Amino acid sequence: MDLDKFKVHGEPLIYGAMVSIALATIGILVGLTYFKKWGYLWREWLTTVDHKKIGVMYILAALLMLFRGGVDAMMMRLQTAAPEMKFLDAQHYNEVFTTHGLIMILFMAMPFIIGLMNVIIPLQIGARDVAFPRLNAVSFWLFFMGAMLLNISFVIGGSPDAGWSAYFPLASLEFSPTVGNNYYSLALQISGIGTLITGVNFIVTILKMRAPGMTLMKMPMFTWSVLITNVIIVFAFPVLTVALALMMFDRLFGSQFFTMANGGMDMLWANLFWVWGHPEVYIVILPAFGIYSEIIATFSKKNLYGYTSMVFSMVIISLLSFLVWAHHFYTMGQGVMVNSFFSITTMAIAVPTGVKIFNWLFTLRKGRITFTTPMLYTLAFIPIFTIGGVTGVMLAMASADYQYHNTMFLVAHFHYVLIPGAVFAVIAGFHYWFPKVFGFRLNERLGKHAFWWIIISFNVTFFPLFFLGLMGMTRRMYTYSEESGFGPLNMLSFAGAVGLAIGFVILVYNIYWSTRYMPRDTTSDPWDGRTLEWATPSPIPAYNFAIVPNVKTRDAFWAAKQDNVPLFEDKITKIHLPNNTGKPFILGVIFFFLGFFLVFSMWIPAIVAGVGVIIMLAAMSFDRDHGFYVPAEEVIATEKKLRGETV
Amino acid sequence: MKKKGPLYALFLSLLFILPGCSSLSVLNPKGPAARTLSDTIILSILVMAGVLAVVYILYIFVLVKYRAKKSNEGYIPEHEEGNKVLEAIWIIIPIIIVAFLSVVTVKSTHAVENVASEYKDQDPLVIYASSSNWKWHFSYPEEGIETVNYVNIPVHRAVEFRLYSFGTITSFWVPQLAGQKYAMSDMLTELNLSADTVGSYIGKNSNFSGKGFAHMEFETLVMTDKDYQDWVKEVKETAPALTEEEFKGLLAAEVLGRKTYSSTHLTFSPPPGDHSEHMSGNGSEMDMENGGTEHEDNKEIHPSPEPSSQTEFDSVPNPEVDEPLPSSPVEETTN
Repeated sequence: MDLDKFKVHGEPLIYGAMVSIALATIGILVGLTYFKKWGYLWREWLTTVDHKKIGVMYILAALLMLFRGGVDAMMMRLQTAAPEMKFLDAQHYNEVFTTHGLIMILFMAMPFIIGLMNVIIPLQIGARDVAFPRLNAVSFWLFFMGAMLLNISFVIGGSPDAGWSAYFPLASLEFSPTVGNNYYSLALQISGIGTLITGVNFIVTILKMRAPGMTLMKMPMFTWSVLITNVIIVFAFPVLTVALALMMFDRLFGSQFFTMANGGMDMLWANLFWVWGHPEVYIVILPAFGIYSEIIATFSKKNLYGYTSMVFSMVIISLLSFLVWAHHFYTMGQGVMVNSFFSITTMAIAVPTGVKIFNWLFTLRKGRITFTTPMLYTLAFIPIFTIGGVTGVMLAMASADYQYHNTMFLVAHFHYVLIPGAVFAVIAGFHYWFPKVFGFRLNERLGKHAFWWIIISFNVTFFPLFFLGLMGMTRRMYTYSEESGFGPLNMLSFAGAVGLAIGFVILVYNIYWSTRYMPRDTTSDPWDGRTLEWATPSPIPAYNFAIVPNVKTRDAFWAAKQDNVPLFEDKITKIHLPNNTGKPFILGVIFFFLGFFLVFSMWIPAIVAGVGVIIMLAAMSFDRDHGFYVPAEEVIATEKKLRGETV
Repeated sequence: MKKKGPLYALFLSLLFILPGCSSLSVLNPKGPAARTLSDTIILSILVMAGVLAVVYILYIFVLVKYRAKKSNEGYIPEHEEGNKVLEAIWIIIPIIIVAFLSVVTVKSTHAVENVASEYKDQDPLVIYASSSNWKWHFSYPEEGIETVNYVNIPVHRAVEFRLYSFGTITSFWVPQLAGQKYAMSDMLTELNLSADTVGSYIGKNSNFSGKGFAHMEFETLVMTDKDYQDWVKEVKETAPALTEEEFKGLLAAEVLGRKTYSSTHLTFSPPPGDHSEHMSGNGSEMDMENGGTEHEDNKEIHPSPEPSSQTEFDSVPNPEVDEPLPSSPVEETTN
């Protein structure tokens, strides 16, 4: 074995990263030991099967990754702020933009959304848990270990450097000889399997575990969006699994699926990647639509306008999302017919999306709109996302795309879609549901400060990129000449990026400040909510609902409050809950090592780890653990304590 | 939300500055193909600005009118299901817009995929443009000359670029003359281009291709027909011939300056076969051109430029890998 492979050579920045990672790790280990929290950590978090705690862990990991990806973004904007900058070299810049894309999409946006859906979906449908709680823990640990595997690449062996889309033959061993793209194939594979399991789990949860009376067309919009998203996951992720497996074979075992010679087809990768990759952007954006729908309804005190057309528009978007992948390579010479077909299907997505925009505007109409922090993000989303949407239509026109393709115009477009569409949504959802999970609100004043920094800086950062694109600046250039004239707008964009960073720092400071000083809520319904999650006490007991609610209308909790429609009609009885288990965590750790050994082609340890995975899977399938019952008396006592009242 | 108004104003004002702004090379075309694209883009911007205007006006209106204030305290809005007529309106109007843009797209795509109508009756000048590492090779089979990292073309003449790559996927793009097209190792793509103003235009690879990607630019010099003929003549008289040995050296180099040769590499390292025929059915007219003979032959045996690309990477040190490259029989070189 060659230890040289592990070394990443050269830069003070990388050594800085190594030192900070080492210090943080040591700090965490020392802290855990000093405060005697190892047992607590193991019992309450590492072994938990509670959907709420798993959701919280997802969100924590996503926030961490938001900062990791954000630092990448800052480095890129700094490097391109002026012509001929010497901050990063080409190789380092390539690794930075590759991991920025991967982390933000797969390890920030997706887990943040999956985290929110873990916390909220069972509550919103009046269920006590997800359908397969232990599988849920497996999902989380696979995602988490995949994320960690990608993150250590920066300090051990080198990061992927062929772009987040990893086009072949550039990503092949021939042109990317470092282990970076091995990390790509394995980290994504491991976390992708986790996501696929989540998809199955939530489809079953939503279809089978809704409270009595909640028909499909009475489900809250967030639940609908999550259901559709998970259907997309289940159809799209197997394609990624296969593509990544073929990539791994090419890179590790010398097969020739995507090579230039011997019958390999580089465009096969592009097709497989985008057959997954395009639906993927809807996987992160549809739940955002759901979150916004909940927030708009709550803070304009109105039910959602055009509920039925909202649902249908999402279904249509999900179908179309599978019919547009070739718009990512209009320029590969596929001819007028093929390009026209994909142009039209792509532009067609604007129609159902427009329906949603107008329905939201009409939900606001005749409402009584209060401008809370989550509502501000939601309202800012509408005009900004619309710019992203209309530029999307412009990009969809195949002929025009010959000029936009691979330029900063495209970069501007997808940031105008994904940041309001996914990032603002998860921040809004985070502020909105935070009191439900933790029992107190985030500070509104700090929240609004962060909001204005983020919104204004966002536009300063990304609007100039539209013009840079039209000036002919291609994306992924680590440097450019003075004569190109790209300098001033890039500098402006860098200034915006600094503002964005300040905004996100304020946001995190707000979490810290509010944890220490915000008064604890006693109501459990701080926003005067409409859906079932607000009917549980805060913090939420392990079993969610002491009595399973009876749903008669949409916005069931609102109806219960407004029209005195009874929600909880049955008696309290004993409640069945699953036991905690450490197996998913252990399985995740073994997967991590399996991935790591494969990255470096260390075959014997990899085989050992592979056998370990099989043993763990077998152990989990033959596990005879039927969970336990919480006795009725204990439920009654808990409820009394949490609500300060008799149930 | 105070800032939406200014934002909208900013967008509109920028919109009107756009066409006059010469630094936006995409909107400052110097040839028919780029002009078609520029017109298409400006048209789409105008249509989309209309859509934005509708959304923004509605948005500002509802936010101003229905915000919570003292006068509507205690007001609980009524339940409102939706409205079939209104919803139909915001389904049908977008469909009309999309249909309109679809027609524009199909027409303009068709236009730029073929020789521009002004130059229809000409025999296009064929130039093979191939990429290797981070440089461009331009082969003129008609003239029997080859250049590296610059291309000279006559003004008012249809030019047909045939694109391929000796390595990663690259994208050939001269923003002021035509939209881009990919160059790939296993198939030939075709780009029609013509210029109607003499001048120098920047061209580049726009598809990320690794370390030297940012430096992968070339100059496109559009000259009068006479200047072009003189240049060709001069090259044939003064430039050295391109030998196979020399060409291997070129492929192996990472980034190069300009080079000029009085013969092409097409003779000993033929381009890949053309797939565009069975993909789109619009490539059939290209067989009669010069260079078409070789190209015809190649189609049978599907040679790829792969042998040379193997040698290219033999010279790149990659100490990090100890596994052998997934290599193919290297020396079954050209016949």
